[in-house]
Amino acid sequence: MKTLDRVVVRFAGDSGDGMQLAGDRFTTSSAIFGNDLVTLPDFPAEIRAPAGTVAGVSAFQIHISDHDIFTPGDHPNVLVAMNPAALKAHVGDLEPGAAILLNSDAFDERSLQKAGYAADPRADGSLSGFKVYEVPMTTLTLEAVKPSGTKARDAERSKNFFALGLVSWMYSRPTEPTFEWLAKRFASNEMVREANTLAFKAGWNFGETAEIFESAYEVKPAHLKPGTYTNISGNTALAWGIVAAGQLAKLPVFLGSYPITPASDVLHELSKHKNFGVRTFQAEDEIAGVNAALGAAYGGALGVTTTSGPGLDLKAEAIGLAISLELPLVVIDIQRGGPSTGLPTKTEQADLLHALYGRHGEAPLPVVAPSTPGDCFYTAIEAARLALKYRTPVIVLSDGYLANGAEPWPIPDVATLPDLSREFGMATEPNKILADGSEVFWPYLRDPETLARPWAVPGTPGLMHRIGGLEKSDGPGSVSYDPVNHDLMVRLRAQKVAGIASDIPLVEVDDPFGKAELLVLGWGSTYGAISAAVRAVRAAGAEVAHVHLRHMNPFPSNLGEVVRSYKRVLVPEVNLGQLRKLVRSEFLVDAQGLNKVGGLPLRRTDVELAIASQLEMLRTEGR
Amino acid sequence: MTDLIAPATTRKDWASDQEVRWCPGCGDYSILTAVQLLMPELGAKREETVFVSGIGCSSRFPYYMNTYGVHSIHGRAPALATGLAVARPDLHVWVITGDGDALSIGGNHLLHALRRNVNLTIILFNNQIYGLTKGQYSPTSEAGKVTKSTPFGSLDHPFNPVSLALGAEATFVARTHDMDRKHMMETFRRAYQHKGAAFVEVYQNCNVFNDGAFDAITSKDNRPSMLVPLEHGKPVRFGPDGEKGVVLDAHGSAVIVDVSEVGEDALLVHDEAREDPALAFSLSRLASGPYSPTPIGVFRAVERPDYGSLVEDQLADAAARKGPGDLAALLRSGTTWTVA
Ligand code: SF4
Repeated sequence: MKTLDRVVVRFAGDSGDGMQLAGDRFTTSSAIFGNDLVTLPDFPAEIRAPAGTVAGVSAFQIHISDHDIFTPGDHPNVLVAMNPAALKAHVGDLEPGAAILLNSDAFDERSLQKAGYAADPRADGSLSGFKVYEVPMTTLTLEAVKPSGTKARDAERSKNFFALGLVSWMYSRPTEPTFEWLAKRFASNEMVREANTLAFKAGWNFGETAEIFESAYEVKPAHLKPGTYTNISGNTALAWGIVAAGQLAKLPVFLGSYPITPASDVLHELSKHKNFGVRTFQAEDEIAGVNAALGAAYGGALGVTTTSGPGLDLKAEAIGLAISLELPLVVIDIQRGGPSTGLPTKTEQADLLHALYGRHGEAPLPVVAPSTPGDCFYTAIEAARLALKYRTPVIVLSDGYLANGAEPWPIPDVATLPDLSREFGMATEPNKILADGSEVFWPYLRDPETLARPWAVPGTPGLMHRIGGLEKSDGPGSVSYDPVNHDLMVRLRAQKVAGIASDIPLVEVDDPFGKAELLVLGWGSTYGAISAAVRAVRAAGAEVAHVHLRHMNPFPSNLGEVVRSYKRVLVPEVNLGQLRKLVRSEFLVDAQGLNKVGGLPLRRTDVELAIASQLEMLRTEGR
Repeated sequence: MTDLIAPATTRKDWASDQEVRWCPGCGDYSILTAVQLLMPELGAKREETVFVSGIGCSSRFPYYMNTYGVHSIHGRAPALATGLAVARPDLHVWVITGDGDALSIGGNHLLHALRRNVNLTIILFNNQIYGLTKGQYSPTSEAGKVTKSTPFGSLDHPFNPVSLALGAEATFVARTHDMDRKHMMETFRRAYQHKGAAFVEVYQNCNVFNDGAFDAITSKDNRPSMLVPLEHGKPVRFGPDGEKGVVLDAHGSAVIVDVSEVGEDALLVHDEAREDPALAFSLSRLASGPYSPTPIGVFRAVERPDYGSLVEDQLADAAARKGPGDLAALLRSGTTWTVA
């Protein structure tokens, strides 16, 4: 058996071939085995794109290793292709010499045609740079599952388990987790459980006995930090973060949401947790989702709305109302390719300026961005903290890559999570004594420190008040058209948000020897690619610093000082340079960009190349 | 209950300190008065009462009530109020809206609040015009209406708000008008007492941009012959001497007849509690605008669990089955493994 330090496997097949499930199972057994891992599912936007076409290909990539890793891997070492379309869609991404496991049963003339192959790629030499293993997966699966009594048409559906079994053998994965899962998942469907188990075993045995594979490999467990782990996707982590925030703030959670890819899973997950007092409301549209959440916030709940870009467009007016009403609200935007419907299932970071500025009037609000799937949990809690403490809407910018990607996540001890209930209080009594001695409640009399206004929820006797989207007078909060007051209120709202800078951590600079001249500044989901690239560049002897932002507005108070202290600043982003624009305008620093908007996460190699070219420029400048 | 308990509050307690700023003579004043007079009678509590509105003349209403209130954004009041009512079933939430607010920009939200049967008392001030933006035609304006935005006459076919609400299977649907305080108060009282979404259309005169739109039916002289009062369990009958009545024809349409011709027994007996909204719908089609005899009163009042209560039931059920939420357990609910 040969030992590898890491391997990248991609399962690809038709949407109906069960590749996501195969990938998921491979992930779980690898996680339990103790590898570090990162996954990247990639599915078509159409639920049922024509079978056998390139448009209908669904894929799942997993990177496993014996050391800590940050990305799902740039180029797969192994491709499982269940049909010609899957081969066609993915062969271009493979590393030279990669292994391709083909389901040879699917390579008939019709399927080749549907995939758009003029000639059979197995025969025309186009695969000569790869190790191609042709395995009649359909036939072998049908044969293997016979004892289960499954009908042929259903039996064929187990071929993803055959493929999983084969790949599991290749990389010496433990089999128990898969059998346990099958037993649980199909507890009430003996026949399907049996068929899948048989198919899995057949795949495994095929690897062991067919003698077409030189050997199996092993990827040893990684030295992860001690602790209890679970495999978590960004969307699940966000949902759990919201549940946690409600518990930590001792407030009921209200989610107002409308289904949209790739955010719907947050709605699905939160809908399960009604025993935490979580109310989920699938609204008639995006606008109703956010307005309902705001109504709930007015009533004293932790109001949350989840969406993706097109929905954020629609919610803009209500977010403006939340800014004016100064009520807590968490708005989660799982960014996807835009504009318009764009690329619903693909990732992008192009909503940053929209989140910061996409409302009429002077309407600033805090924006936070998670950097990894697991970080989504903590970012949701941080968003809730800022919203509750400063009575403001907060936008969380996740994206399609974080949403569906997964990684092993050290489960935190609940006792170490911040007690949000101490960050805010609700008004219980009048807060102003008038000249005549009468006690009244002024809804816009601010806390001098945070500039937050009191949160007086209906049901509180004596604090009845009316608020709305019209400008309000500073203090009493009555409708006011006074120019001086409006100018003041605009500034107060801006100051309140800007002041949050003193309530968030300074940026941490990762610059081990403090000698780097190049700073790589990233935000959000590019964390993995940038960290991996920085590590690789350092291993080759170069000096480079890395700063990764979570707080996009306001920025940490030392960010200007930090970016100004480097000769060059490189900002890799999956957009055309939105953070770079902010850095330039805020700090007058001539930051450079690495910008790719292909609907895919940045690759480590992309960042490495960009770093190399920046270092080269530094050298030439220095001459 | 007929016990006379002195109300704990008076009208004055329900009026805020804000100066009311509708145009002098606007029908909104009489609606405000009716509500302020009614609240003490209902025994309602100010701190548990919330008025939510959208945008438009009518939507200034919450500012004038000494309760909790939110003047939100155009068309969205039913959505915001839904969140509030679901999060806080202990409150009584009113929605104040207008024909443009509720039926044009916010049409979607109104329909969905009604079909879900959210526990809201929704009062729609219908003046058949956009007042706040100074006089454009609205979704209830009559076809051919000449306004600033329709100098050659509107081409739009108008909505009948009562028909619309019944089409959405609203559980409580009523109509009243701003010239009859007693009728308004009675209708609002019924709406308030209804559990679920209660929808009341109020014909309201905008004396600046659409003066007299309802005169043909609501002026004192015209009322007896032009308003068709709906009373549960009673034959539908009107006219100064009750000489007119309503029957259902062979197609199920409500038609006006002379009682002397068909006989009293042939008249339609109003049944607001009938499950099937078709009868109420037929009645709503009796008049296509305020120019011919128009039914007022409660068209429909049926029982159906309200949305907020159903949500509460699900929460209680989940808690009973799974126990109260345990965060540490949730974080360990997937496959876990330990690294030593
Ligand atoms: S414009 Fe019409 S509806 Fe508006 S306040 Fe004036 S009279 Fe009333």
